[in-house]
Amino acid sequence: MKLEDFELGGTQLKASDFKTGKVLTTEWKPDLKYAWDNGVAIGRYLAEFKEGRIIARVCHKCDRIMLPPRMFCELCFRPTDEWMYVKDTGVINTFSIAKVNWDASRRGPKEPPLLPAVIEIDGASEGMGIMHMLGEADPKDFKIGMKVKAVWKKPEDRTGAITDILYFKPVAAGTEDKNKGRPEGRGKEVR
Amino acid sequence: MVKRVAVVGIGTTGFRPVTPDVSFRELIFEAARKAYTDAGIEPSEIDGFITTAEDFMEGYSIADEYCPDQIGAVLKPTQTIPGDFIQGMATGYMMIMTGAFRTIAIEAHSKASNMRNIGELMGFAQDPVYNRPLRETPHAVAGLEMTRYLFESAASSEQCAQVVVKNKKNAMRNPYAAFGAEITEGDVLASEPISLPLHRLDIAPHADGAVVAVLADEDTARALCETPIWIEGLGWSTDTPTLEMRDWGEAAYARLAAEMAYRMAGIGNPAALIDFAEICDEYSYKELQHMEALKLCMPGEAAYMIESGATSYQGELPINISGGALGVGHLFEASGAHKILELVEQLRGNAGARQIPDVNVGLAQVWRGVPTATGAVAILSNM
Amino acid sequence: MGMRKVAIVGAGITKFVRRAQETGKELSWQASKMALESCDLTLDDIDMVTLGTAPDAFDGVHMKGEYLADGAGAIGKPYMRHYVGGGTGVFSPIHGWFHVASGMADICLVVAEEKMSSCHPHPQGAFLTIFDHTTEQPLMPTLIWIFALEMHRYMETYGISKADIAQVSVKNKRNAMDHPSAQVAGNITVEDVLSSETLCWPVNRLDISPASDGAAAIVIASERVARRLTDKPVWIDGIGHSIDTAYWATRDLSYPRYVETAARMAYDMAGIKEPDKEIHIAEPYDPFDYKELHHMEGLMLCPRGKAAQLTADGITARDGNMPICPSGGALGVGNPIAATGLMKIIEIFLQLRGEAGKRQVPGNPRCGLAQAWGDLMQMGTVVVMRS
Repeated sequence: MKLEDFELGGTQLKASDFKTGKVLTTEWKPDLKYAWDNGVAIGRYLAEFKEGRIIARVCHKCDRIMLPPRMFCELCFRPTDEWMYVKDTGVINTFSIAKVNWDASRRGPKEPPLLPAVIEIDGASEGMGIMHMLGEADPKDFKIGMKVKAVWKKPEDRTGAITDILYFKPVAAGTEDKNKGRPEGRGKEVR
Repeated sequence: MVKRVAVVGIGTTGFRPVTPDVSFRELIFEAARKAYTDAGIEPSEIDGFITTAEDFMEGYSIADEYCPDQIGAVLKPTQTIPGDFIQGMATGYMMIMTGAFRTIAIEAHSKASNMRNIGELMGFAQDPVYNRPLRETPHAVAGLEMTRYLFESAASSEQCAQVVVKNKKNAMRNPYAAFGAEITEGDVLASEPISLPLHRLDIAPHADGAVVAVLADEDTARALCETPIWIEGLGWSTDTPTLEMRDWGEAAYARLAAEMAYRMAGIGNPAALIDFAEICDEYSYKELQHMEALKLCMPGEAAYMIESGATSYQGELPINISGGALGVGHLFEASGAHKILELVEQLRGNAGARQIPDVNVGLAQVWRGVPTATGAVAILSNM
Repeated sequence: MGMRKVAIVGAGITKFVRRAQETGKELSWQASKMALESCDLTLDDIDMVTLGTAPDAFDGVHMKGEYLADGAGAIGKPYMRHYVGGGTGVFSPIHGWFHVASGMADICLVVAEEKMSSCHPHPQGAFLTIFDHTTEQPLMPTLIWIFALEMHRYMETYGISKADIAQVSVKNKRNAMDHPSAQVAGNITVEDVLSSETLCWPVNRLDISPASDGAAAIVIASERVARRLTDKPVWIDGIGHSIDTAYWATRDLSYPRYVETAARMAYDMAGIKEPDKEIHIAEPYDPFDYKELHHMEGLMLCPRGKAAQLTADGITARDGNMPICPSGGALGVGNPIAATGLMKIIEIFLQLRGEAGKRQVPGNPRCGLAQAWGDLMQMGTVVVMRS
């Protein structure tokens, strides 16, 4: 067989075919409502956001300090063992300069680009990143590997959501936290 | 060549109207951990994984993304079947029968309580051009079908109400069930009319919960456990999705799926050879309609069987000993999972207060709900 | 291994278009009908049907596998839908292989459909809800972010430039000029790609495949049946699939290890030891141009970070030593997600039969591979085929 020997289906319409009524359409706007249970791990994670802290879970078997926290270790397939605070600083793993919104509409000429990034959080195991935003500096000044720190909403404005952090900003050279890296041992368990 | 496949492990959270204490991940992890412990196997030793989920039920555009971690499937051959657990089980069965996989884990769950307007969602499954603009609710579609079934079978609303009474009573003996109750036929008929002849109590309320099962080929099954529960027959079928064209009296999808399963199991007379059955009772009349489609009785005979107590706990053909969807709760994609769970517990002799004595062959059947005409059947045995 | 041999014996496809007049059901029917005609079968000959289609949010129907059943020829038959996100189209023949290799079916119709244009105002809107509802969606992400983040990391890790990557888009859009289904074929230059609108840096408009409507279908059969139906069966010799953790931000974004695990599974089954020598032709998934490079590396067709150089050297051109996406890929033919994966399977099927017309690669390829990728950049599906 050859594709060229067949008359292929699929009839292309133009946007104008809709405007001129050449084709009839039916519309439906689904009104679906969800209220997802956060559960134990993400529930605590967000409660700590409200306090301006980031918390992780530790698995003693593989020794990973995991972010976002989870009540089970997906690799060891056992319950995780303890909570551990990590820092609100981290390193940019990667980032983008986004000129489109979530629905593919373009950002206006006066709207600054969005700067989504994967940030590896200090104190969590190597490579444990979260997606968040960058801010406060010119997009061209951000680099992969750069040290950043969370900028939190004011305590009274926080709601226990990932957006309690507004964005991560560059840590000015020379003001870096000298105690970076993972917290020591398991003595820092928090309940 | 692989000849037989068995269920070698199963785990569940049980079923509750709401589960606000755990996320869907935490819910599923509990069922998975129990299943693997039951099977005596770690997920790292399992060759493949199947989850069953529908996007909009989960509230994700690609619900498949979130399946691996809580079942131990990271970097493992894993797939989602947007269908019932028994369809997932059929895929797992086929995977093992190819000879390329020895063990497969299958997961299904319901977090129906997180979906705040299920009626709107079910309406969203209707044909967008022909049916949706009429704004008929899913229960209204079921009401149409019930009317036609009662007309063709000469069954009555009272007999349908007896299904509710029986199943909710059965659920009282099932620690996993969310909606066990002692009620009367009068309670059902006096409950709020929803889409007559359907009353509120004719409709299974939804529940949350998760089930994970582990399948294995014959050699592996015998090495892993003393009582493998063998898959003797599987069938699945889809009738037309078009409401206007289907046969409203007979559940053709159930008949076709059953015929396929009976052929595979070598069962010529199901009414005589099936010891007990867990069949779809998402609406009360569905249990009766499905019994006939499954040839567990003659057409028009199901109503007499409920009337005579033949399908009760101590009857000659116990149906929905677990409490069914009416007593356990409707579990959407996990509906078949709960039925397989009941079959495995009964066939292992582990069903506690609701154990039926001397059972060897059980049948589980599901329907995918309004507006579908899709169903599946599984036949399991302990011999 | 003693497994039943399974072959592809027929194929059908629609044109890929931005907005099709046909409904999803009708597109499925068109592709299915052509697949049956291509091997002289009718629907009565089909034992079972399996359908691949990606998010319900595109078509705007809950349980869309049920909705599409009649279009896919499934009425009264054992029918199931399978779903692994963007990897679905190449998973379709894998699910079909389960049906036939298990002995449950002798002839299985495998259909893949996507009608993205139903989703308004733009199909991209459906992608907001692929992200974690609690920890990511409040940031209002788009799908393009995740690709931009991965592409940037890939570029940084291996020192690859946007121009290196843009060559893929140029090659594939040019290849697609010979594909009768193609939606966005064209003779463009690297400069055109680099000067096209920046959407999410480093991703420009011409780095991306379009939103599309379309369907594809194949017929697969057991060895006994296949040999009766055709003297040119194409054997499914290896299948592989693998999913990585959903915690995507914790992964190494510069390398698709899930593709590697899926490929190793397929290679083991097909007895392939040196993929770069034994695979003559490949159709890796290319929804974004860097993804083709990423996937070539994950498939171990070249060392990590070296795929761009192979492209620059013309090795991956249609007349090169290792033709990659001779169909034109998602970048050129279009990207109705699940249907794209099956389009790639069909391209390998035709190439191995020597029936690819103007797209035919020279040298009588005997072993080919198709691969797709999906979910949150975590799912790999691989099929190895031989003539």
